Amino acid sequence: MNDMSRLAGSAIDVETPKILARNVNVFYGDTHAIRDVNVDIANNTVTAFIGPSGCGKSTFLRCLNRMNDTIDSCRVTGSMRLDGEDIYDKRVDPVQLRAKVGMVFQKPNPFPKSIFDNVAYGPKIHGLARSKSDLEEIVERALRRGALWDEVKDRLHAPGTGLSGGQQQRLCIARAVATEPEVLLMDEPCSALDPIATAQVEELIDELRRNFSVVIVTHSMQQAARVSQNTAFFHLGQLVEFGETGQIFTNPEDPRTESYITGRIG
Amino acid sequence: MPFHWLILILIALGAAGYLAGRKRALASADGDVRQLHSLPAYYGWNVVISTLVPALGALVLWLVLQPLLIENRVSNLLPQELIPEGSSAGLVMSDVRRLATGLDKAVAENVLTAQQANSMRPELSDIRARLGEVGVALGSDVRPEVMRAAQAYRRATASGTRLMGFCVLGLAIIGLVLSVSRTSRDFWARNAVERAVMALLIAAASIAILTTLGIVLSMLFETRNFFSLHSWTDFFFGTTWAPNFRGDSELSILPLLWGTLYISFIALAVAVPIGLFAAIYLSEYAGKATRSFAKPLLEILAGIPTIVYGLFALLTVGPMLVNFFGRGSDGVLGVDWMAGATSVLTAGVVMGIMLIPFVSSLSDDIISAVPQSLRDGSFGLGATRSETIRQVVLPAALPGIVGAILLAASRAIGETMIVVMGAGAIAKFSLNPLESMTTITTRIVSQLTGDTDFASPETLVAFALGLTLFVLTLGLNILALYIVRRYREQYE
Ligand SMILES: Nc1ncnc2c1ncn2[C@@H]1O[C@H](COP(=O)(O)OP(=O)(O)OP(=O)(O)O)[C@@H](O)[C@H]1O
Ligand SMILES: [Mg+2]
Repeated sequence: MNDMSRLAGSAIDVETPKILARNVNVFYGDTHAIRDVNVDIANNTVTAFIGPSGCGKSTFLRCLNRMNDTIDSCRVTGSMRLDGEDIYDKRVDPVQLRAKVGMVFQKPNPFPKSIFDNVAYGPKIHGLARSKSDLEEIVERALRRGALWDEVKDRLHAPGTGLSGGQQQRLCIARAVATEPEVLLMDEPCSALDPIATAQVEELIDELRRNFSVVIVTHSMQQAARVSQNTAFFHLGQLVEFGETGQIFTNPEDPRTESYITGRIG
Repeated sequence: MPFHWLILILIALGAAGYLAGRKRALASADGDVRQLHSLPAYYGWNVVISTLVPALGALVLWLVLQPLLIENRVSNLLPQELIPEGSSAGLVMSDVRRLATGLDKAVAENVLTAQQANSMRPELSDIRARLGEVGVALGSDVRPEVMRAAQAYRRATASGTRLMGFCVLGLAIIGLVLSVSRTSRDFWARNAVERAVMALLIAAASIAILTTLGIVLSMLFETRNFFSLHSWTDFFFGTTWAPNFRGDSELSILPLLWGTLYISFIALAVAVPIGLFAAIYLSEYAGKATRSFAKPLLEILAGIPTIVYGLFALLTVGPMLVNFFGRGSDGVLGVDWMAGATSVLTAGVVMGIMLIPFVSSLSDDIISAVPQSLRDGSFGLGATRSETIRQVVLPAALPGIVGAILLAASRAIGETMIVVMGAGAIAKFSLNPLESMTTITTRIVSQLTGDTDFASPETLVAFALGLTLFVLTLGLNILALYIVRRYREQYE
């Protein structure tokens, strides 16, 4: 409840949060991976999740678009609302939900198809393109936003699996962006990127913020500080601190946050 | 020395060698294992290998070669006039062998002394009766030449076996002494054992390959005989299959090939969709509980002998089809298109049922091997399960599935029992699936069974058919393996 009051105190520029998570617990079989987490994802902001490896960042992120449904042993309790609607309600179709809440995974997972078909996959499924040239336009725009266009424009029909690790990561970003989600969940999207590509992706994230909400998991404190407005610090499955990024990085309330940011735990 | 004693002594030598090698290695390092190049057990195994491998190798070689050499020698003893008209030396030799084993048995059961067995003259004593006492029945009275040959055979075998014992034991002891004397702390025993293991594996692999080669060569040889008696143009390009024993048979593979391919096609048309859908259900939709009992259940189908499927074709599927498509106004459809229970459709459907578990279990493995991250990627973009399967999982698994289908096809082509019982025996070109037809495999069986003369083209054609079938299925398998391998590379 301490968390709650702090949340209220730091309820920044947000009127109605896009996603509202309350008392979320996640179990993998008997392992208790997430404990009583409360987080608000605001509209038109970038929220960064930071924390040591294995603390449950990916797990929590996957709850936000019900990707944990695909894991048999995984159980989620608590309430999670997207635009006021409970996403774990029986009437909510997880497929529809995932079209609205897109995801870039921690490990790049291009389909064994051409680069073009990888990006066109989502738009085709959701009927976003009216014609072939429309589709081509969507693909090009997505690849440009994923900072990959210049590298692949001459080989759009080469297999996506033949790209380098970093290129695959950007392909997956482009693929997620192409479906125009309302919320984009990005799990360490820059882990395999060089500084230039990282800067481009960060630019993209900033641009996406104008229309959507973005949640990004990152191990780079600098990146979290650069791109995010809000930051959540997880430790051992608990949400230790959540607030404005500037606040967290300059004046953390919890000693654990401070020692993580300054590099003493992790 | 009896054979089992030889083996026991070899085992004892091996065990002693193990202990000696270990002990000597430890002694050379003053009992400190860290001073040794390899662990002590490796020194022991190195001695065991050098003791047993050459000895056992010689033993096997000897056991294979000795009968050949002795037969060769003994058959030279038989006078030419002994071999009756129309018979061969082989038949007389088998008499000799029979008599020799009979004598062995008689000596073993104390009906004859060893002395008697070696000196007995058929002119003077009734060998047939004496051997009858120990249960060895001889076809006719024993002629003196045969008796002498049998006695020579026994003598040669006995001395050969004695010599074999000495040689094998000698080799074992030489190996033991040499390897123990080589054992010291600087000897690389671990590497020596490693090489021996590799040699063992290579030997196993080459036996498999050599057997295949042997099969192919023997078929090639007989096929060449066939083509020297029958024109190859008729075989490959003729249109009729009509063997007779007047010497003007028409032996063309084409009608048989047509039957084979037609039946296989129907079988695949049944097996591929059902097997594939079952595999998709099992790997993508079924829960753990369903999967854990449905998968073994499906695989039981694969264990049913094909003759049982043949019975099923003959007794159930055939009559059922006749009920539908035959019997005129009495039938379900009121048509009279099908005369008997045996037809291409009967055999094809039953063979298809047989292939379902084959296709489904292979495809299930292949579909399950598609990484979960690809499915997650698709779900994460808002795709449904069936969209994910259709657009991501199946395309990723397609090469593997094609490989599975080709393997199923080569099984269908080689299948015999179901066709014998379900398809009939008439070789013809026809598109009507309700007629009887026949396949390459069933004709091979019918040409080789019964009273056959191994020098006529009607019999030898079986080898040409077999070789063609072999080439056909080999080609399919190679294609399948090639495709499956390419698919594997994708995820590495
Ligand atoms: N599929 C799973 N089955 C069982 N346990 C899991 C599974 N996935 C994650 N866990 C466990 O849940 C905990 C949180 O894992 P999670 O992947 O969320 O960590 P993370 O914070 O994303 O770490 P990283 O920064 O290394 O990616 C870990 O202890 C992990 O072992
Ligand atoms: Mg993670």
